[in-house]
Amino acid sequence: MSGRELVRLAGVSCRYGSEPVLLDVDLSLNERQFVGVVGPSGSGKTTLLKVVMGTVAHHAGTVHRRTGLRMAYVPQVETVNWSFPITVAECVLMARPGRRVPWASRHERAEVARVLDRLGLDGLGSRHIRELSGGQQQRVFIARALLRGPDLLLMDEPTTGVDVRLRHEVLHLLDDLNAAGLAIVLTTHDLNGIAAHLPRLVCLNRSVIGAGRPQEILTPEVLEQTYGTTMEILEHGGMPVIVDTFHHHDDEHEHPVTKASVER
Amino acid sequence: MIDELLRPFDYEFFRNGLAVATLAGALCGLIGVYVVLKGMSYIGHGLSHAIFGGFAASALLGVNFILGAGAWGIASALMINGVTRRRLIGSDAAIGVITTASFALGLALVALFGTTGRSFDAALFGSILGVSAGDVALVAAVAVATSGLIFVRYRSLMFTTFDPDVADASGVNTARVDALLMVALAASILATMQVLGVTLIAATLVIPPTVARMLTNSFSRMLAYSTAIGATCGFVGMNLSYHLDVQSGPTIVLVGATLFALVFAVTGARGRRRAGGVTAPLGPMRAND
Repeated sequence: MSGRELVRLAGVSCRYGSEPVLLDVDLSLNERQFVGVVGPSGSGKTTLLKVVMGTVAHHAGTVHRRTGLRMAYVPQVETVNWSFPITVAECVLMARPGRRVPWASRHERAEVARVLDRLGLDGLGSRHIRELSGGQQQRVFIARALLRGPDLLLMDEPTTGVDVRLRHEVLHLLDDLNAAGLAIVLTTHDLNGIAAHLPRLVCLNRSVIGAGRPQEILTPEVLEQTYGTTMEILEHGGMPVIVDTFHHHDDEHEHPVTKASVER
Repeated sequence: MIDELLRPFDYEFFRNGLAVATLAGALCGLIGVYVVLKGMSYIGHGLSHAIFGGFAASALLGVNFILGAGAWGIASALMINGVTRRRLIGSDAAIGVITTASFALGLALVALFGTTGRSFDAALFGSILGVSAGDVALVAAVAVATSGLIFVRYRSLMFTTFDPDVADASGVNTARVDALLMVALAASILATMQVLGVTLIAATLVIPPTVARMLTNSFSRMLAYSTAIGATCGFVGMNLSYHLDVQSGPTIVLVGATLFALVFAVTGARGRRRAGGVTAPLGPMRAND
C-alpha cells in the first residue's frame, strides 16, 4: 500500500448465500478523499461499505487496511429505531463501547460536549433522539461516528428522503469535515443533488464500472452500464446534469424525463 | 389491621417466598428491558416452556433439576440466538419452533414415563410453598451475576440492542454479547420458575419494561424504573397472594397489569406513543445492497 492509502480492495468478490453481490472489485481509498459510491438498488453499495469495514466476509480477493486505521460508520437514518429509549448523549457515548462502567468519565463528558458543540447540537444532550429535527438527527449519528476519532468515515445513504435544505446542510457539514482532514466514503442514489458535487465517484453495479472525477465518469456509456438504462448528460455551470431518458413503445424517439415531467 | 398485614411474615415459607418474588421481579424487570427492546417479548414465554422440557427430562433421569433444566434452557436460548443472528428466519419464528418443540418433548416424556418427585403443577403455575433458603440463594446469585454482567457490559449491551450492525462495525463482539444475554435470560427464567411458574414468566419480563418505557425516554432510567417496578410487583403481589389465597404467579402478574393500566391512563398519549414503539424492530438492512 502507498503511504496515503487507507484501504485497498483487490479482486474482491462477495456473496450472500449463492447470490453474488460484489464481483472482482478493485478499489483504493486514500487519506483526505471524499468519495461517492453510486449505483442502482441491489448493486452492492452497502455491502461494499461493510467489506471495507470488515463486517462482511469476502470469499475472493484481498482487503488491505492501513495498520491502526480507525473507521466509523453512519447508518441510513431509515434503519434507526427512533422509538428506542435513548438520549442524544447516550447515543453519542455508544462510540466508546469498551468502558467497563455505565457512566461517562469526566473526559468522555467533555468530549461529547465538544463534538455536540462542533456539530451544532450543544444543549441537546438530554433530549430523546426522536425529538430532534431531521438535520439534527443525522448529525447525532455523525457525532457518534466522530467521537471514535476516525481516519475514514463511511456513510450509507446520508441524504435519502431528506429535503433540499437538509441535503445542503449535510453536504456542507461533510465538506467541512473533509477539509479538516477526514476521509469520507458515502453511498447515494442522488446523482444530481449529491454525486455530481463530490470530488470523486465510483459507479458500482456489483463490479466497479468506473471511478474518477464526476466530469470524467458521468458519461452516458458508464451510466448505462451502471444503471442499465439510457441517460443524457447536460452541463450547467461546469457541472454535469443527468437526465433520465426512456423509450415509448410506440415511439422511435427518446424523451428526456425531468423531475417536473414525472410529477405531472 | 397492621397485625393482619404482618402476620404472614411469621412464617418462614412466606419470608422466603417474598424474598424470591421481590428478587425475581427485579431480575425479570432488569433483563426484560433488553428482551422487550430487541423485539423478543415472546422469548420469555418460549424459554420458560423450553425449560419445562428440561425440567421433565431431568426429573425422569434423576439428574439435578438446576443442572438439567438449566443446561436445557441455555442450549435452547443459544439455539434461538444462533438461528436469529443468521437472519434466515425471524426471531419470533425461531423462538416458536425451538421452544415449542422442547416443551412438547417434555410433555411426551411425562406421558411416556410418568412423573417422579417434583410437582409439575407448581412448575407450570408457580408456588411459594416449596421455596427454600436455597432457592432464595439461587435467585440472589443469578440476580447478582446478571446485574454484574449488565454493569460491566452496559454500553456494549445497549449498542447491540439499539444498533447491532453499527455495534459490530464499531468493534463490539455482538455475537458474544447476544450469547451472554441469552445465557443470563435462561438462568433468570430457571431461577424464577419456582415462584412465577412457566406460564406467567413472560409477563414479568414484559410488563415492567413496558411500564418503564411509558415513563422515560432514557435507557439508563428505563433500566432503573423497570427493575424497581418488577421488584414492587413481586413484593405487593406476594403479599396479596397470601391475603387473597390466590397462587403467587397470577397475583404478581395481575399487580403488574394493574400498574400498566394505571400508567397507561395517567401518562396519556405521550406514554402510549413511547410504549407503542417499545418493541419496534430495526428497519430491514437491505442484504444485497
